[in-house]
Amino acid sequence: MENNLLAGSSPHLKSGVNTSNLMLDVVIALMPAAAASVYFFGFRAALLIIVTVLSCVLSEYVYCRLARRPDPISDYSAVVTGMLLAYNLSPAVPLWIAVIGGAFAIIIVKQLFGGLGHNFINPALAARAFLMASWPVQMTTWIIPGQSADAISSATPLALIKAGSEATGTLPGYWDLFIGNIGGTIGETSALALLLGAAYLVIKRVISLEIPLTFIGTVALMTWIFGGKHPFTGDFVYNILSGGLILGAFFMATDYTTSPVTSKGRLILGFGCGFITSVIRLFGGYPEGVSYAILLMNLTVPLIDRYIIPRSFGGAVKNA
Amino acid sequence: MVKALKAFRGGIRPGHHKSTSGMETVEMSLPSKVIIPMLQHVGTPCIPIVKKGDRVLVGQKIGDSDKPISSPVHSSVSGTVTDVRPLLLSTGTEVMAVEIKPDGLQEAHGSVRPPECRDRESLVKCIRDAGLVGLGGAGFPTAVKLTPPPGKNIDILLINGAECEPYITSDFREMMENPGEIIEGTKRILEISGAKKAFICIESNKPEAILKLNELLRGSNGISVVPLRTRYPQGGEKQLIYAVTGRQVPSGKLPSDVGVLVQNVGTASFIAEFLKTGMPLVKKKITVDGGAVTKPMNLEVLVGTPLREVFDFCGGFKKEPCKIIMGGPMMGVAQFSLDTPVLKQNNALLALTEEEAAEAPESVCIHCGKCVAACPMSLLPLYINSFVNLGRFDEVGKYHVNDCIECGCCSYVCPASRHLVQSVRYAKAELRKLEAHKKAEAQKQEAQKLEGAGQNDAQKAGAIRAVDQAEAQKPEGAGQAEKPRQHDTNRQEDNRNGK
Repeated sequence: MENNLLAGSSPHLKSGVNTSNLMLDVVIALMPAAAASVYFFGFRAALLIIVTVLSCVLSEYVYCRLARRPDPISDYSAVVTGMLLAYNLSPAVPLWIAVIGGAFAIIIVKQLFGGLGHNFINPALAARAFLMASWPVQMTTWIIPGQSADAISSATPLALIKAGSEATGTLPGYWDLFIGNIGGTIGETSALALLLGAAYLVIKRVISLEIPLTFIGTVALMTWIFGGKHPFTGDFVYNILSGGLILGAFFMATDYTTSPVTSKGRLILGFGCGFITSVIRLFGGYPEGVSYAILLMNLTVPLIDRYIIPRSFGGAVKNA
Repeated sequence: MVKALKAFRGGIRPGHHKSTSGMETVEMSLPSKVIIPMLQHVGTPCIPIVKKGDRVLVGQKIGDSDKPISSPVHSSVSGTVTDVRPLLLSTGTEVMAVEIKPDGLQEAHGSVRPPECRDRESLVKCIRDAGLVGLGGAGFPTAVKLTPPPGKNIDILLINGAECEPYITSDFREMMENPGEIIEGTKRILEISGAKKAFICIESNKPEAILKLNELLRGSNGISVVPLRTRYPQGGEKQLIYAVTGRQVPSGKLPSDVGVLVQNVGTASFIAEFLKTGMPLVKKKITVDGGAVTKPMNLEVLVGTPLREVFDFCGGFKKEPCKIIMGGPMMGVAQFSLDTPVLKQNNALLALTEEEAAEAPESVCIHCGKCVAACPMSLLPLYINSFVNLGRFDEVGKYHVNDCIECGCCSYVCPASRHLVQSVRYAKAELRKLEAHKKAEAQKQEAQKLEGAGQNDAQKAGAIRAVDQAEAQKPEGAGQAEKPRQHDTNRQEDNRNGK
């Protein structure tokens, strides 16, 4: 019997949380938004989510098999990427674009750079940027909820503001914005559903609040100051609820691999995302800036982590 | 809750598993033999002063050392020395051990009588002679701790009853069964240290102990009970000091640098009892628990009792044990043999089943930052781990590796089961080698200077030998060494105190 004793080094207890648990929690947290998208955009939204997820999972499986990587797809991370990518697509996007997006996210952005834990930018967002550059028309053709899929409009609330149609009174109200009764990508529109999922992630301690709060706070502050005709008159509530801010701040900027590990680093990332988003929205050519802001800030993460080394408890201020 | 309970940064909340807290301490029967190692403390091992065939009595000194950081060992039984032989301890060190076969009489040695201590010096000397070491698990010689370097004034005494490690309840039982002794001992340590105030620190998950000590302390000046938030590693020395006093022990320094002395409740209680009876440290209260143990219980065992006999007394194993741990599951040391004896500073003995001790295979780091959030020392375990895996010990130095208290919180929370604390331990050892190497280099240069000046050859040869030795130990990646951290004073033993 004695030979069977393990003599490993302490600690001998484990929390039981593993990578698949964490990813599964994210999948669960994304469910309310999926339900909302099906409610507002119909069966088409469900189909898009399923197709994108399948594309991601299959790409991961095939790539890992070919590259002889062990144990592919068991950690649900491809499912999360697929869902997030789908949430960034317009309900009117052709399915083949979704399939290409999924494959791009997994093979080009994630696996070619080393797979889970090694990608330097968010795969779903990188795929969205790739699709936007490749098929801009299809990617920005929107559907207004409640109307049939043929009734195609090209206006999200942010695009309407950009076009200067605030005065015409065609903008949806705050309540419609909050519940998601507006045009936009399938996952970003319902703030209510997204916040429900985000609350789950925070309670389960899958994510911490540093990034989402500084991200949203910075956007609110900047659009309040610079968003109106006069300083300090901008409609920041509108800016928070419209576009992909809530989806981006809670679910994408907090992506583990592409966000800093320290509290201070996360505050910097959140602030940077908020700043770039606001600049793009207010002064840039695009109506929406969340995804580019996150992608740009993702690139700074290695630097942030390299230079933000906290003072150890009782330690000297700087030792390096 | 009226007032927020005192706590520290980071930490984790593992399950308590304190199922033995209601079980009164039982005295274990006399074992068939005892094996008493000469090293049951932090410091220099003792030299055996008995030989095979000698008859020894309970409380008789059987090993001692004249080095400053050491603690004598005593026989826990009366009987015959059957062997004096080397013994491999679970820490990997080989020390001499005295094996004694008890005669069943448990006759006390003539030296065992209440000590007469009038002043501070003689009190400290008595405590040294009693073989007392920190009973919280670290085993640092108490007498050494009670004599801080001159110029350091102690104003606060903390009596550590946090017992933050899961499973262990032996300190809790001590507080329930001998609260009077704990208070008495606290008073004596106050006298010795010159501290004005003493706080008995207890985690909030032991309300009975808080209540009991509060009741007994009613009306007494200078000693009070501090309830602490239940959070691991609340009992870690630096964490405890910060939670109670708000003082941060500077990196590489000792509690005495911030005017604090920390002693375990068991240590306090032993001092009181020793001053009454004069019996040295020959027995220890331990918690025996874990899924593989038939009858978990709190035991009073003789120092040197083989683990096998302790488990047999607890009804043996009901399932095959996968890991035998001396100490708690977070910082305890896994044992490779059941013939290992119980040591002075042990507070628990756990036999974990395969399910309890299950180790998931290491997977890739997903950069979640959970280790960073959990680290009570504000370190970045994931980066230490990745630089260690790359052999970049020059880089590791930037990450304050030597401040790590090895509490295990990072490894506990890691969803990828990465070997985080383990890599810190490895890094510490490699950094020590780098230091030695640098020192030797300096000596070599010195020697070259001497050569130029035509100085004596013996000195030179000595320096060159030192360089060669360091060269042999030179770690991988040492070539790129820039500036590894200078101090290595943050010795593990200080951090290990408490649990």
